[in-house]
Amino acid sequence: MSDKKQFMFLNRRAPYGTIYAWESLEVVLIAAAFEQAVSLAFIDDGVYQLVTGQDTTGIGMKNFSPTYKTLGDYEVRHMYVDKESLEARGLTADDLVVVPWEDWETEETVDNIVEVVDSDQLAELIEQSDVVFSF
Amino acid sequence: MSDLHTVNKSPFEKNSLDTCLRLSKAGSSILLYEDGVYAALAGTAASGKIAGALADRKVYVLEPDYRARGLKSDRLIEGVEMVDYAGFVDLVESCDKVQAWV
Amino acid sequence: MKFAIQVNEGPYQHQASDSAYHFTKAALEKGHECFRVFFYHDGVLNGTRLTTPPQDDRNIVNNWVELAEKYDLDLVVCVAAAQRRGIVDEGEAERNGKDATNIAPRFRISGLGQLIEAAIQCDKLVVFGD
Repeated sequence: MSDKKQFMFLNRRAPYGTIYAWESLEVVLIAAAFEQAVSLAFIDDGVYQLVTGQDTTGIGMKNFSPTYKTLGDYEVRHMYVDKESLEARGLTADDLVVVPWEDWETEETVDNIVEVVDSDQLAELIEQSDVVFSF
Repeated sequence: MSDLHTVNKSPFEKNSLDTCLRLSKAGSSILLYEDGVYAALAGTAASGKIAGALADRKVYVLEPDYRARGLKSDRLIEGVEMVDYAGFVDLVESCDKVQAWV
Repeated sequence: MKFAIQVNEGPYQHQASDSAYHFTKAALEKGHECFRVFFYHDGVLNGTRLTTPPQDDRNIVNNWVELAEKYDLDLVVCVAAAQRRGIVDEGEAERNGKDATNIAPRFRISGLGQLIEAAIQCDKLVVFGD
């Protein structure tokens, strides 16, 4: 199959309490090698994955939050954040990581691929995807 | 063709159904299975969610999971269709893609 | 139609593996192709042959093994998730200096690329999890 598929990774879980967030991130990193169109969506407690200032020194677990900032280097083009989930948790876009992106061939750059979207936009984006990964 | 959304959580335990309903489009289908089947019951605090979804979406419940939990046919919200595993497979076959709200 | 199945939970704790098994069996009986069943997160625990449930309970691991034997199913356990949770085949035992293996017959340990490949190759990906 030569055509690219639109992959959507749905993240609905907070980090650390369970391993889902970290192990789904591992799938995203691997997916980069397959040259598909990869987007991530952060919904419900998944928005907590992107919060800045995570410090895991007191719990003996690896702080994997810096990895999100590098996703632009892993062929991830869009990171959508569900507005309703964000607001319900008293958060704004300012609380979240900034993820730059650059196309090495065209030198096109995007300052931040993290984008807050409303329910209608997100429903449309999910529907337009070819494959949805849930963890 | 449209998406099939699967929900396996009780609406009294997690918000998976709420998020599914908010982010699924008109014309899509929803399959309730495992503990998700409790959402298909009439006369509960959550019944209105499925009743509302039926206005523009199809809702199915996996019968083996429904029966396993001692739920009676006469408690099923009107308009919700029962399917067995073969029916689950048919739903997957006929949709564009499956989205699991695990 | 060609299906890929993903199982995110181990046996017994959650219904996910049972549901995935019944779905896969029904799909195969209807003549569909199940290209691969990929076990991720605690789902890798479905791949140990040391599982010993009580006599009067179903043996989920054996169910998968028997289904794989009947239909030549590709049961793949994610290597990274398996290493964390102690699911070991001979190759892994050798690489990581372990003194035993526990992988069930018909299961194989491989990389996450197998999940991505399955998603690309198949018409539908069906995820079973918590």
